[in-house]
Amino acid sequence: MVLSVNSSMVFRLVLVGVAAASLAGCAKPKTPMATSLPPPVTQTQPPPRTELPPATQTPMTQAPLGAPPGSTQDFVVNVGDRVYFDTDSHDVRADAQPLLDAQAGWLRRYSAVKVRIEGNADERGTREYNLALGARRANAVREYLVSHGVPADRIATISFGKEQPIDGGSDDAAWQKNRNGHTAIVSGAR
Amino acid sequence: MTPTRRTRNPSDMARPPAMARTAPSPARALLRLLLALLVAITAVALTQPARAEIEVNVNRGDVQPLPIAVPGFGGTQGAEIAQVISANLQRSGLFRPLDPASFTERDLSAGVQPRFDSWKQINAQALVNGTVTVQGGQLKVDFRLWDVFAGQQLLGLQFTSSPENWRRVAHKISDAVYERLTGEKGYFDTRIVFVAESGSRTKPVKRLAIMDQDGANPSYLTSGDSIVMTPRFSATSQEITYMSLRPESSTIYLFNLETTRRESLGNFPGMVFAPRFSPDGGRVVFSVERGGNSDLFVMNLSSRTSTRLTSDPGIDTSGSFSPDGTKIAFTSDRSGQPQLYVMGSDGSNARRISGGGGLYTTPVWSPTGEFVAFTKQVGGEFHIGVMRPDGSDERLLTTSYLDEGPTWAPNGRVLMFSRETPGGPSRLWSVDVTGRILQPMPYPGAGSDPAWSPLLN
Repeated sequence: MVLSVNSSMVFRLVLVGVAAASLAGCAKPKTPMATSLPPPVTQTQPPPRTELPPATQTPMTQAPLGAPPGSTQDFVVNVGDRVYFDTDSHDVRADAQPLLDAQAGWLRRYSAVKVRIEGNADERGTREYNLALGARRANAVREYLVSHGVPADRIATISFGKEQPIDGGSDDAAWQKNRNGHTAIVSGAR
Repeated sequence: MTPTRRTRNPSDMARPPAMARTAPSPARALLRLLLALLVAITAVALTQPARAEIEVNVNRGDVQPLPIAVPGFGGTQGAEIAQVISANLQRSGLFRPLDPASFTERDLSAGVQPRFDSWKQINAQALVNGTVTVQGGQLKVDFRLWDVFAGQQLLGLQFTSSPENWRRVAHKISDAVYERLTGEKGYFDTRIVFVAESGSRTKPVKRLAIMDQDGANPSYLTSGDSIVMTPRFSATSQEITYMSLRPESSTIYLFNLETTRRESLGNFPGMVFAPRFSPDGGRVVFSVERGGNSDLFVMNLSSRTSTRLTSDPGIDTSGSFSPDGTKIAFTSDRSGQPQLYVMGSDGSNARRISGGGGLYTTPVWSPTGEFVAFTKQVGGEFHIGVMRPDGSDERLLTTSYLDEGPTWAPNGRVLMFSRETPGGPSRLWSVDVTGRILQPMPYPGAGSDPAWSPLLN
């Protein structure tokens, strides 16, 4: 919102002020005394203008409120859509549980949402074994969510094995990122 | 293409005894050939004392490649045909084609006996010469294989085909030469189906592709709109099976290369992957995943009924039949880590065969039944190796950052596999079963999951 004040409005305010002053004088009749009046306000003389601060210096700010609750963006940003695994393991790590708890809570609240858990593996394994390993990881995430109250029929699984790395590097940090279970929203999110 | 074979010389029928094709192993056959040549050379040396001595050095399977001359054939495309033959023989590692610049006899024809002296001078042990003619729109290629120091023809054949098949004629001649000199079937008139890779590491595009075994005539079989992997050839037909992966589902396809007809193996409750034909082409073994657990199944392709072979909680995948169809080698992590197992093809009597320390995957039974090839991961490196089907005699043939997925040439002499460098693309490499001849495939692009065809008809 931008304040818009023009000169005629300022002028009206000044007139209101003069009228109020004269009404006050009427309400309290006293012995006339010779006092010098202030110089009359004439309509031909515009009142001094007050400089308004520029609009940019107003105390009001505006920012986006964030992802609409229940949206895919809400899930990705405010909950988190990926948990990570140890080498050749599909055990849900302790550090992944708070995120999966939050995923389960979000999915319980937005009960129309369906998801697909995508299991991923790093490149340090052969293709077919990694497909099987990724399937185990996807299923481990699915079972965790089901055990935390998300109906099983809302969760599909697939394994991408080592075919869809999120980090193209070839070091420990990249491999750690690529050993993950990704919860992808398929439908039902606003 | 219908190549015709006819014997052009009685000597082809009556091979020298030492050259007889009875040796059970290629190393022994080659050794026998080299010994025979040594005998021949010794005989010649009596009259030609100035000639250089041939060196026969057989040491732990290390064999000196045989010096062979393949001068350009006479006639249309004769030079190109000779080049393809020469390159095939060179890549096998068993032959050393000589530099054509050193050849002195230049007017060779399949109808005239070579002047052996001029080939002895450059120490060519064998000579392949030929003549190409075009008659009635048909390409006719006559060729002869000569034992230079014995002064004898070893083989004389004529191939007839349509002119656009000239490369296949060259491959068939290569196979004939290879078979005559090593005692084993060749593998040059074959194709490779593989996954051609493009895009970035995080957004890969994977297309099914096929090419000749020497990298010529590559072409795509799928468009790249889904990820494809692990194509496998039928040993009996020009048919492949492979896996296609989309975010929603995985599918195993059967694809006939001649009719281009493609069909799905069917719908299953979970993921399906790792398909491979039985030796007779009538069954496919594959993995089905359900609830995170992968087990092996086999489908009879005529009745379309599938049978479960394993039911343990471990991962069971990468099934591969023995050549007689009675057994299946596979990967399982039922012991806690991926290892190799062999069971009856009905799922009975599974027994672990790998035990050398490290992780073992992708067992592939050799066409001869002699070996099981595999990928081994140990100490941060990957290896392609072979072992006997009972797990004995393990030998590692390669070492790199990432080698995986061996496939056998139809004669069981050579393996092709994928090799990746850190952060780099995957490329196709081959290694012979002794581990001596390791080389990148003559295909310039990025590729993975090679599968070798049987010999073409």
